[in-house]
Amino acid sequence: MRVEQCKGFRDLSPQEMGRFRFIARAFRECCFGWGFSEVRTPTLEYLHLFTATGTLTPGMLGRVYSFLDWDGWSGQRVVLRPDGTIPVARFYIDNLAGKGLAKLFYLANIFRFEETGKEARERWQGGVELIGVSSPLADVELMVMALEVLTKVGVKGVGLRLSHAGIIRSLLSRLRLSPREQAQVFDQILDGDSEALAEIKSQRPRLGRALAALIELKGDSSAALKEVRALFDHGLPEITPHMDNMISIAELLEAAGVRYRIDIASGRGFEYYTGVIFELYKDERKLGGGGRYDALIPLMGGGEVPASGFALYLDPLLELVAPETALRPRARRVLIQVESKVIGSGFEIARRLREAGNVAEFQLGGQEPADFGWLLELKDEAPFFILTDRTRKQRFEPKDADGVLALVGGRDVA
Amino acid sequence: MPMGFWRWWVAEMSLKIALPKGRLMAETAALLNRAGWGLAEYREKSRLYRLRSETMPRLSAKVFHERDIPIQVAIGNYDLGICGLDWVEELLAKYPSSAVEKVRDLGYGAGALHLVASKANGATASLDEVSSLAGGLRIASEYPNLAESLALDLRLRRFSVFPLWGGAEVYPPESADLALVPGRVGQSLFDYELASLGEVQRYAAFLIVNKDRRQGKDIRELVSSLEAALAPGGSFLAAPEAAEPVALDIRPGDGDGDTVRLALPDGHQQQPTLDLLHRAGIEISDYPSPRGNRRPLIKLDGVTAKVIRPQDMPLQVANGNFDLAVTGRDWLREHLYQFPSSPAVELVDLGFGRVRIVAVVTQDTVVSDVYGLRQLIAERPKSLRVASEYVNIADKYARDNHLGGYRVVPTWGATEAFLPEDADLLIENTQTGRTIAKHNLKIIDTLGESSACLIGSRRGKAGPAKRARMDSLINSLRLAVEDA
Repeated sequence: MRVEQCKGFRDLSPQEMGRFRFIARAFRECCFGWGFSEVRTPTLEYLHLFTATGTLTPGMLGRVYSFLDWDGWSGQRVVLRPDGTIPVARFYIDNLAGKGLAKLFYLANIFRFEETGKEARERWQGGVELIGVSSPLADVELMVMALEVLTKVGVKGVGLRLSHAGIIRSLLSRLRLSPREQAQVFDQILDGDSEALAEIKSQRPRLGRALAALIELKGDSSAALKEVRALFDHGLPEITPHMDNMISIAELLEAAGVRYRIDIASGRGFEYYTGVIFELYKDERKLGGGGRYDALIPLMGGGEVPASGFALYLDPLLELVAPETALRPRARRVLIQVESKVIGSGFEIARRLREAGNVAEFQLGGQEPADFGWLLELKDEAPFFILTDRTRKQRFEPKDADGVLALVGGRDVA
Repeated sequence: MPMGFWRWWVAEMSLKIALPKGRLMAETAALLNRAGWGLAEYREKSRLYRLRSETMPRLSAKVFHERDIPIQVAIGNYDLGICGLDWVEELLAKYPSSAVEKVRDLGYGAGALHLVASKANGATASLDEVSSLAGGLRIASEYPNLAESLALDLRLRRFSVFPLWGGAEVYPPESADLALVPGRVGQSLFDYELASLGEVQRYAAFLIVNKDRRQGKDIRELVSSLEAALAPGGSFLAAPEAAEPVALDIRPGDGDGDTVRLALPDGHQQQPTLDLLHRAGIEISDYPSPRGNRRPLIKLDGVTAKVIRPQDMPLQVANGNFDLAVTGRDWLREHLYQFPSSPAVELVDLGFGRVRIVAVVTQDTVVSDVYGLRQLIAERPKSLRVASEYVNIADKYARDNHLGGYRVVPTWGATEAFLPEDADLLIENTQTGRTIAKHNLKIIDTLGESSACLIGSRRGKAGPAKRARMDSLINSLRLAVEDA
């Protein structure tokens, strides 16, 4: 009986893993370069971790893989991690609370159910969390980092789109929606419904000029933001600090030479966002996103600790990374054919060849000699070593293992 | 023509419908009668499970517990089904991609699932307000999937859902904070001084169809004939309305001080349980209760009793919602197979209700033991369908015996009627083996024996006074067993 692959889950082939590792390495190097440290949290967490803060939408929680495990008699459900940030926030509270700034990153798979089984239910992401600071510079640092990784893996033409959870929330409260309606519309926007705000506007023909401008706020410069800001200089005190925050971020991005586009209505993201929300796009394909989530750690009982972060999605990136950039096995490959009496020397020379940076494989049958640059035969009588350079079509009979190493070359040989 | 072809032909050309017993039976039978489906044997008191249409030769029907019907239609054993929308939604809440499609409201059997809590002096609450209550809430329900969805929708920060086989209304306030129970549309008060916090889901009898079969011409004709026979009138399924705020008694389950909370079984173990209590010199009134009262009066100082389903007891005792319970060892084992670290533990073997847990196949299955069955599975492409009320015992049995890519189909009673068309193997209990023989089935393995037992918790928290009461109760029951 053929056993099928689990619906909604995928295998990664050697080629895909080559690209995966290439992206992961670029991501890691970038994170280390900016002074971040890597963490790993468990795949299973208690469902309670994700419900406790009330910061995942019911729509999202309705798609978690939750179940009762062997310890589940108390009704305590566990979930396959549906989000990367909340576990890292838990890690911070458990291990680093009170120690000030924490710069953490992770590479993890997250699990969310989707009904058709045609979309991935397991997704890989590289996430970065900058915990303990609330400055616009911290947010901009994250955006620059994310763009740096994408440049490093060779993805060009990436768009950066900005929105702001603080502006959306204060806007919604200003529109005199009930708390329940506010939450609903906010969730709609976060779930990607960019028409949600426009709809509300159409139901309210007599909105003030400032609010109307804010709902439709789009632009690609801090100057555009300042124009709108000038409209409500005296009228909208609850929105002003968020608007000023957005303007500072825009100015910093300009100073860093980063192009961006502001679109308040399209703040796709997580309910735990409180400040700027940013998304990275290539041709309308989302490659990653992030935002500020100052309320999450306080809600989890970790004290008044601000934070922001982002994640890059490895699955779409796998499709965008050029195959030739992928990490591959080492270039020099040696196929070793060894007579049983000298198998001990075989192991020894294979080890030395590998240590020198080569691929050294025993002939097991089934390998294609054409895939190897060198063939090495080990015999128990002279000539003990026969080495064939398949590229240059040359045959050597080195005296000993040192001779083999000298001919094949090592790490330091071009 | 080879036999295989005929089987295929019959399977392809037959139309199968799953019909409910219980609350929807009378009205469903009347509807089918008007539609001319020729299923006269489908009526109350008829003990037939399998029915053939007298007017449509290819139409056959089987009678199920309502809760089984959406599952049976979803897995493709039946083309059509009629059952309450509540059970369809319960399945879809956890398994939204189930191959079951709601065709239409049949206009009878209307009701609503209510979130209920005990009313008492104190704060008022509504559905919305429940979400702001601090602490972990215990929700008991026969609809655990809907209860979990509800808890997530209400954004409850911390909650436990206790799945039940029945009797949810007797749980609050001591054994659960909230219960999700069926009731009437608009009902505000429930038995045992419970009040509705709001309707969560309205339901009525519903026609459902397997998604892959819905386009079939025959299916469409059947559906039309049913639609033509429907009584005129609007749908009952308007959006639920929020109930008026009521006074609630929601308190954390701290074990109720010194009172020993005893769970007694409903169903056919009531009489032997009563006899045992009598032998132990314990007086109890209204048990078994002719009017279905689940709170009998037990004349024992510092002890209260509730009547619940034996299936639910191990989980309840493990969680400290009850201190002691009279259940079956089968249900304790079922619980421990699922949760090996549970603190539920057997205290006294009560001796009565002795049954064997057996593996059952049809008489004409050419195997005599589980090894033969394993062989048979290896030779056929389809995976084995194991039907059982004991899903964890069945799962472990199939796993331990390497029964291939098996699937466990949960059932809610009358499991013996599942063979051969809706399952290949049953894990069942039997007292004498007579029911099994009557259904033309045979036993190929015995998994173990079970009898009634008194269970408790290894982690039970009890002060000295309560401990003494529990010990004395356990002791008198033990002596009563030895006397018997």
